This record gives sequence, C-alpha cells and structure tokens, in this order.
Amino acid sequence: MTAALEAHSLGKRYGNKWALADCSLSIPAGRVVGLVGPNGAGKSTLLQLAVGLLRPDVGSIALFGEQPGSSPEQLARVGFVGQDTPTYGGWSIRDHLWFGAQMNPGWDQVLAEGRIAELGLDPRQKARQLSGGQRAQLALTLAVAKRPELLLLDEPVAALDPLARREFLQGLMEVVADQRASVILSSHLVSDLERVCDYLVVLVDSRVRVAGEIDELVASHYRLSGPRRERGGLPGNVEVLDERHTDRQSTLVVRTDGQVLDPSWTVEQLGLEDLVLAYMTHAVGEDRRPRLEVRA
Amino acid sequence: MIEFHLDTRSGVAPYQQVVQQVRHALRLGLLQVDEQLPTVKEVVKAIAINPNTVLKAYKELEHQGLVAARPGIGTFVIKTLSDDSLPAHGPLRQSLQRWLERARGAGLDEESIEALFRDVLRSSSVEGDA
Repeated sequence: MTAALEAHSLGKRYGNKWALADCSLSIPAGRVVGLVGPNGAGKSTLLQLAVGLLRPDVGSIALFGEQPGSSPEQLARVGFVGQDTPTYGGWSIRDHLWFGAQMNPGWDQVLAEGRIAELGLDPRQKARQLSGGQRAQLALTLAVAKRPELLLLDEPVAALDPLARREFLQGLMEVVADQRASVILSSHLVSDLERVCDYLVVLVDSRVRVAGEIDELVASHYRLSGPRRERGGLPGNVEVLDERHTDRQSTLVVRTDGQVLDPSWTVEQLGLEDLVLAYMTHAVGEDRRPRLEVRA
Repeated sequence: MIEFHLDTRSGVAPYQQVVQQVRHALRLGLLQVDEQLPTVKEVVKAIAINPNTVLKAYKELEHQGLVAARPGIGTFVIKTLSDDSLPAHGPLRQSLQRWLERARGAGLDEESIEALFRDVLRSSSVEGDA
C-alpha cells in the first residue's frame, strides 16, 4: 500500500540555517500522526513542504506517491489547516463555504452545512464575531468538506481553551471515523496526543528523533532505576536515551526490543509523555531546555 | 448502554482502557448478552479518541470471544463474564462499604486503603496458591 507520506533525506534551508534536515519518513495511510517537538524544531516546515507551500532544497517528499502541488487532483486529495486556523474576518460563514465550493471540485456542501448546523453556528455570522474555538471549527469544516484523503493540521488547538480543544478533537476524530482520512497533526501539547494519535513523529533541532506506531514505541521504552552505577553492563540491544545519577541512585531511560533481565534494576514501562520528553531532553544541551508544554 | 471514559494519566494504553471497561461491565453484570456496544463513531464523539483505538479494542474483545461484530449493524455482547456469584455481589458490596467507612473513620486516605486492599489480596492469593 502506498504511504500517506514518504520523505527521503528531505531538507529545507533558510539562508544557511537548516529548518529541516535529513528527514526520512514513511507514514502508512489511515494513521492519525502526532508531530511533536519544541517550537522551531521544523514541524511547520515539514507540513508546508507536504502541502506544497514550500519546495525542498534537498531530498524528496510524496503524498500517496505524488509530489505535493503537482496537479489539481493531487491538491484536492489534501486538506490543510494552517497555524492559528486562518479565516477571513469580514466574511460570513456562508461566504467561506461558497468560496470553498468554488475552489474545490470534490466539495461536499451537505457535509459542510451539516457541520455548521451541528456546531450551532449561524451561517450569516462573520468570522471575526466567532470565538477562537468556533473559528477553528470553521477552518476544520473548510478542510474536511473537500473530502481529503490526508488532512494536515499545524498546531490547530494550541491557542484554544481546554473545552474548545476537546470539542475540536472530537470533531476531528469524527471525520477520521466517517471519511477514513489520514491525519498529520502538529502539536507541542503531548497530553492531547495519546488520546487521538496512533503514530508519533518527534522532531528536535530540525531532525527526526523517533517515528513509529505509538503502541510499539510505548512497548519498547523503559525506565530503569537502581543503586548508582555506570551504564556499562547493559546488553547490546539496549539503547540508553537519558541517564541521571544521584549519590545513591541511577535512573536510565532506555529503548530495547528485548527485555531487561538484570534483577538489580527496577523496570517500569514509560508513558508516552515521558517518552517524548526523554527524546527531547537527550537531544539538547543543558542550557537549551526544550520548550514543551505538558498539561495534565 | 455502556459509556466509556479515558484516563490519560493512568499509563494504561487507551485501547486497553476500553477493553478493561467492557470486561469490568461484563463481570459486574452491567452489560448483558445481546446488548450492543456503542458504535465507533459514538465513542469517538463522546470521548475524543482515535477511531482506530476503539476498533482495536473491539477486535481484542472479539478475539477474547466476548463480543461479535454484525456487519452494518454494530458490535454485540455474545458472552458474559458474570457467573453464579453475581447474586452474592450485593451483600459483599454492602459489607465492603461498611469496611470502607471504618477505614475512613480510622483516618485512612484513598491511597492507603488501596494499598492495604491490594496487599491483603496479594498475600491471601499467595497463601491460596501455596
């Protein structure tokens, strides 16, 4: 089956700074992908490359085997909700839907109007009169009414309050259930991801640190704690991601496909949030803490 | 019909939580044979969860022989986990409630109660195995 998104050694440079470097990914269709990383890690760059708003400087990217922006048919297969869920303030909701219908051959007006009605919105309302959550829902409606096979969303919930965030994610998951669409969603809020995503890509400092099915990632990462010692002595198939030592105790975060059998370690499964943080902390120097928000 | 909830801080995978909640309801007789589980879309809408997660949970329950999918209609319970012990649940629940009141009266908080309960359960089942 063709991958929803396939990238080979993909890179994008602004001046002499690489916004995204050496990015290779193969994301199967039908997944809800969480793209996480600190601000400035390259999440938006990757999404804009995928949607065809940017062109790669090196490497290649393809969605369902086609180059982004290569044809009107290709564009019709992809829905995009940009950062801050853009809408036109002076336009009514009806104007937005009309514009969507003009621009998209596969536009589903019934779906669009149905969603607006279900949200309890008046189509005559202007976008600037809407709350942040309602504007986000309008932007999502515009993206899903073109019935895309892949939906790309750049930090769609970052600016929303918890209730609006939950409602937005409910709407998004309904679309996934109804239309069987694949989704790539960037976020710096780890707590939402476990709920809605089944595939994870962690970007740090312009590079992919880890990518894979969330269930498999969670099943292969552990926290080991025990009396203080050096990291030596662990089997070769155990990769140490993070280590901390106090006078008495050592704590390691490791990835392994096998098991850690040494009985002097207390072995715990690592939650998704801790897993993401381990990759982010490991990748940066001490003076450069990652700016990742973790909410309860 | 059963309503699901999700605890994202429990460390238990979301699909496992759904599986456990169904098993729990079956064990306590809250779900009966021929009753329908909520559709994937209903669950998704209620708790903002990935539909693949719900599908995975339902498949797991199917694999365990507890539910069956009827194409185009939904997923139905075909086997219950409650047994002949069900009538005893009521009185046991009452005496447990009285025990809980005593524990709280003695100043135990929820965590201590849980720890105590688990500890006694574990040590008594070890004795039972021996």
